[in-house]
Amino acid sequence: MKYTEEHEWLLEEGELIVVGITAFAAEQLGDVVFLELPDEGTEVSKDDEVVVIESVKAASDILAPLDGEIVEVNDALVATPGKVNEDPTGEAWFFKMKPSDLSPMDDYMDEAAYKDFIG
Amino acid sequence: MADLLRTPLYDLHVELGAKMVPFAGYEMPVQYPLGVMKEHTHTREKAGLFDVSHMGQVILRGESYDAAARAFERLVPVDVLGLGEGRQRYGLFLNEQGGILDDLMFANRGDHLFVVVNAACKAQDIANMKAALEPDIRVTPVEDRALLALQGPAAEAVLTELSPDAANMRFMDVRTIDLDGVEAWVSRSGYTGEDGYEISVPADQADQLARKLLAHDDVQAIGLGARDSLRLEAGLCLYGHDIDTDTLPVEAGLIWAIQKVRRSGGERSGGFPGGQQVLAQIADGAPRKRVGLRPDGRAPMREGVELFAEAEGGGVIGKITSGGFGPTVGGPVAMGYVPAELAAPGTTIYGELRGKRQPVTVTKLPFVAANFKR
Repeated sequence: MKYTEEHEWLLEEGELIVVGITAFAAEQLGDVVFLELPDEGTEVSKDDEVVVIESVKAASDILAPLDGEIVEVNDALVATPGKVNEDPTGEAWFFKMKPSDLSPMDDYMDEAAYKDFIG
Repeated sequence: MADLLRTPLYDLHVELGAKMVPFAGYEMPVQYPLGVMKEHTHTREKAGLFDVSHMGQVILRGESYDAAARAFERLVPVDVLGLGEGRQRYGLFLNEQGGILDDLMFANRGDHLFVVVNAACKAQDIANMKAALEPDIRVTPVEDRALLALQGPAAEAVLTELSPDAANMRFMDVRTIDLDGVEAWVSRSGYTGEDGYEISVPADQADQLARKLLAHDDVQAIGLGARDSLRLEAGLCLYGHDIDTDTLPVEAGLIWAIQKVRRSGGERSGGFPGGQQVLAQIADGAPRKRVGLRPDGRAPMREGVELFAEAEGGGVIGKITSGGFGPTVGGPVAMGYVPAELAAPGTTIYGELRGKRQPVTVTKLPFVAANFKR
């Protein structure tokens, strides 16, 4: 699994990348109450705002980690946003994307580096 | 966090694992490990204990209660003189334009007035009271007492275990009660829409009392996060957000706080700052009103979201002044100001969220019915 400085986790699944947020991010956000996910088939560029996530405290954006196409979104999560707090790295994945180029994955942190990053 | 003040319960908050944040010059718990949502629900279902020691407690003392009350009426548009002994009432400090400087609670304590004001305003409130009331009335900030709030349907049972007197109070009563050896100034009121108490105790006994209350199975420590969502669902104003110096009492929906005796034709009509403007709004109505708002869908609309009359075109008609997710409502709730002609419950207006206008329904306040022991 790889990690971004935006506290997303990225899991390679065949030619797809599954994206969610880390347990650290979920805890920082507090209880998540609302999610807006992108439409399947959307072409995105790295750093596009693709997900809106709102907690009891504030709204934040999730950025596309790579260029590519959103091929699947976790629609069930929209009705049960609290799952982001309960199981951020499992059931509460946000979307799967098909990157046009996988090489930027090498620039993201591995688990040890991410642990250092969040201190 | 440099230069921030701490309440007598600071060590307890840290021990309980609270997330501490700066608030009104104090380091305060915004949430505990339970989290805002569960803290909110716990307060509605059982009882929550809040540290509100950052708020200002002030004693006003003259020759008699009546003397202090008459003087205090020069500052607030409220019937102070007619308040019975052992009773509490909501009040407002106004500026010369009728704008709200702060909102407050005050009580008739027999031989003096006891006033509780907002933390962020207390220095200014105390200065204003001193300037306006001294030397006839002594204005004494109470700096050696903490203030706790115990709120929720189980509050009565919990507090009654420490003193049977607690059960004999009704909504807005104020008593001095011995809570297991602690001299407590207790009011049956709060800021959640639930039954409950606010409890002023000597600072050096606050920690001991808080731990005793928290030892009860039904009591959880509750942070500022849930305090905000609870008061929002209860339709209660947050000073600096829903009311400020640019809002007058009538447009803020606080006309009920101005008793008849202080209105035009009343025995002690006017005689408070901004009296002319405030009485004119009572007579003529206000051009805008604070209303409850329920955004359609699940996306919260927060403070600052601009409101429109139409789905497309037209200018901004108002703004949301408080908003978020209401855990008891199970959806987004907000308050804001709209023109009087759009203030009727059921009216659909629009809030702009991330560049898109989304329908919002004007809704009667409170969002969650109050649960007071009247």
